[in-house]
Amino acid sequence: MSQNRKTIIPIGPYHPLQEEPEFFELSVEGEKVSDIDIHIGYNHRAIEQIAQRMTWDQLIFLVERICGICSTSHPIANCNAQEDLAGVEIPERAKYIRSIVGELERIHSHLLWAGLAGHFIGYDTLWMWIWKYREPVLEIFEKITGNRNHYAMMKPGGVRRDIKEEDIPYLKKVLDEAERKIDMITKAVLDDPVLAARLKGVGVLTKEDAIKYCTTGPVARASGVAIDVRRDDPYAAYGLVEWNVITQEEGDVFAKTVVRLLECFESIKIIRQCLEKLKKVKGEIAVKIKEMPPGEGKGRHEAPRGETFHYVRSDGSNNPVRVKVRAPTYVNLPTCKATVPGESIADAAIILASIDPCYCCTDRMMRVVNKKSGKIELDGSKLIKLSQEKTGRLRREFGI
Amino acid sequence: MNKKDIVVQIKEDLKDKIIFWEERSSKRHYFMINKDDIVFVARYLFEKRRARFITASGIDTPRGIEILYHFSFDKEGGEIVTVKVLVSKQECKIESLTPFITGATFIEREIQELLGVKFLNHPDPRPLLTSEDWPEDKFPLRIDYRDADFTNKVDEEK
Amino acid sequence: MSLTTFSLKKSIWVYHLSAGSCNNCDIEILDCLTPRFDLERFGICLVGSVHHADVILATGIVNRKCLPRVKRIYEQMPKPKLVVAVGTCACSGGIFARGYNMAGPFDKIIPVSAYIPGCPPKPEAIIDGVVKLIQSLNGKLTRNKTNERIR
Repeated sequence: MSQNRKTIIPIGPYHPLQEEPEFFELSVEGEKVSDIDIHIGYNHRAIEQIAQRMTWDQLIFLVERICGICSTSHPIANCNAQEDLAGVEIPERAKYIRSIVGELERIHSHLLWAGLAGHFIGYDTLWMWIWKYREPVLEIFEKITGNRNHYAMMKPGGVRRDIKEEDIPYLKKVLDEAERKIDMITKAVLDDPVLAARLKGVGVLTKEDAIKYCTTGPVARASGVAIDVRRDDPYAAYGLVEWNVITQEEGDVFAKTVVRLLECFESIKIIRQCLEKLKKVKGEIAVKIKEMPPGEGKGRHEAPRGETFHYVRSDGSNNPVRVKVRAPTYVNLPTCKATVPGESIADAAIILASIDPCYCCTDRMMRVVNKKSGKIELDGSKLIKLSQEKTGRLRREFGI
Repeated sequence: MNKKDIVVQIKEDLKDKIIFWEERSSKRHYFMINKDDIVFVARYLFEKRRARFITASGIDTPRGIEILYHFSFDKEGGEIVTVKVLVSKQECKIESLTPFITGATFIEREIQELLGVKFLNHPDPRPLLTSEDWPEDKFPLRIDYRDADFTNKVDEEK
Repeated sequence: MSLTTFSLKKSIWVYHLSAGSCNNCDIEILDCLTPRFDLERFGICLVGSVHHADVILATGIVNRKCLPRVKRIYEQMPKPKLVVAVGTCACSGGIFARGYNMAGPFDKIIPVSAYIPGCPPKPEAIIDGVVKLIQSLNGKLTRNKTNERIR
C-alpha cells in the first residue's frame, strides 16, 4: 500500500502537539480493518533545535507554541524543569494561580474533545452545544490572562500576572454556570442508548497494552491504570487541595469519554478551592532566578491529554544546551495499533479520535486503501460520513 | 515500597553496572551505565520494578552522543530515574528497547533520524519526522549541523 | 462583475489547510463556525474537499514534509483561487522561522490574497479579514490572475 502514498493524500495530517500530526494508513478486508500504519511528522517544526538558540525566558514563549490546546501545559512543565534545575521554590500564591490556569485549560480541552467526538459520530447538535458552552471558559482566560489562547501566564519562578480580587466573583459565577451545563451534557451522554451502542466495547485498550505502550492521561486511566502526575508527583497547588483521580476499567471509547467528562468536575472542584485560598494567601507571585547553574532539570505536568515531560540541560550560560519535549500523544498515539485492527471502518474514526488527537485534522488525513487493488476507496470526510450513517441507522433501530 | 527504598533497591541490585550516581533532588536521579548494559538495566527497571518508560532523549556532546532514558515510578512517590548512556560518534550504535517496551518505538526512530544513532534490532526503523527528500547523512540536532548545509540548497531549487 | 464573482461573494466556501501549525488558529477557525460567532450566517461554509472550495484558509509554517502537499492542493483548487493566511506563522513564520524544517511561509509557495496576523487571531479578526476579502473581491481577482503560477 505504501507505494501509493505519494499519489493519494494531498495534505498531511496534523496534530496539535509538538511533532505529532498523524497520517493513518488503514488496510481493510471487507468491513474490517486488518492493519494500521501511522505516519507523523507533518507538523514537525524543529522546536527542539530552535529552543537551543533561545534564552531561558524566551523558551517559555516557544514551548507555549508547541500546542494551541495545551498552551499552558508545556510552559508549566518547562517551568517545573527550569525550577528543578535552578533549585527554587515558587511562592504559594503563584502555585494556586498555576493550578487555576492549568485546570481551566483542562475543562476547555475536554469540552473541545467531547464536541468533536460528537461530530465524528454524527451528533452535530452535541458539537455545537458543547462548543457554545466552552466559550465562557475562554472568556475567563481573556479576562485573567489577556488572551483566549496562548496565555503567557507562566514564567520560571512563578507567574507573570496576578488574578485580581475583583475578578474572583466573576470567575465563580461562570464556573457555576459551566458546571450546570457540563452536568447536563454528561447526563445526556451517559444515558443515551445510541451513544452507548456506538461507543461501548469499541476500541478496547487492555490494561496490559496500556502499560506496554507506556500510555498516560485519560487513555491510561480509562484502562484502569491509575496514574496522574498531579497526584503522584505533586507540583503547583495539587498537593494542597482535595480532589480525586477518575479511573474506569473498561478501556473502550465510552470509558475514555466518561473519564474526560468526569474530570471536568474535578477540575472545577480544584479551581474553587484555589480561588478560596487566593483570598487568604497574599504576597509575591514570582521569585527571581538570578542565574541558571550548569546541570539538568526534569519537569512534568498532567496536560489534558496526559503527562507532558520536559528535560532541560544547562551549561551555565544564557541558553539551554538541550530541551527535550515529550508530549502525551507521542505515547498515546501508537496504541491505535492495538485498538483499531479488528474493528469496522465506521468505528475507526472515533477510535482514532478517542485518544484526543487533533480533530479538525483527523477528518482530512485518513484514507482507506483496498488491500487487493491498492486503490483509495474512502477519504477522511467520507469516513466520518460513514460513521455518522451508522449512528443514524442505530438511531432508527432504537426508534429515537 | 516507599520512595527511599526504591532508590536504595536500584543502587543495590545494579551496583556492578552503575558507573556513577547523581542525585539532584530527592525525586530526580541520574545514573550512568555502560552502553552494553542498557537492555539488562531497562528490562530490570521496566519489568521487575514496574517503572513507566517516559521517553529517551539524545544529546550531542563533545565526548559523544549521550542517550538518556527517563523512567518514572508513579506508585512509589513520583521520582524520575534517568539512565545515561554514552555512545561514541565513531560507532554510533545501541541496542533497541522496542522489542520489550513497545512505547519506545517512536522515540528511537526519532533519535535515529535526528541524531544518527543506529538502534540495533529495531522492528521498524523507518524515518519518522523528516520529509522524504531529507538527506540520510544530515542530522539536524548534532552540533556540527548548519542550516545552510541543506536548507539553502532546496530554496535555490525552488 | 462576472457571474462567478457575483455568486462567490454571496456564499464563500472555505477549505481549511493546516500545514504545520500549533493548532490554535485551527481551533479559532472552527470556533468561528460554532454558535457564538456563526460565520455561516454570511454564507461561509467549511468544506471537506478543496475541489469545492473558493477560499483556502491556510495556517502554519509549511514544513518540509507538507510542502509538496500544499502545492498539490493549490493545483487542485478550482479558479478563482483565493488564499487567506491565518495567523502569524502563516504570514511570516513567526517564532519558527529559523528552524531547519521551515519551507514557508505561505506566500513563498503559493499566491496569498489576504493576511490575518495574530497568535492566534481572535475569531473577530478572522471574520473581519474574511469580510474585507469579500469587499475587495473584484480587485483581488483581477490582480491574482497575473501571479497564478505556483512559485
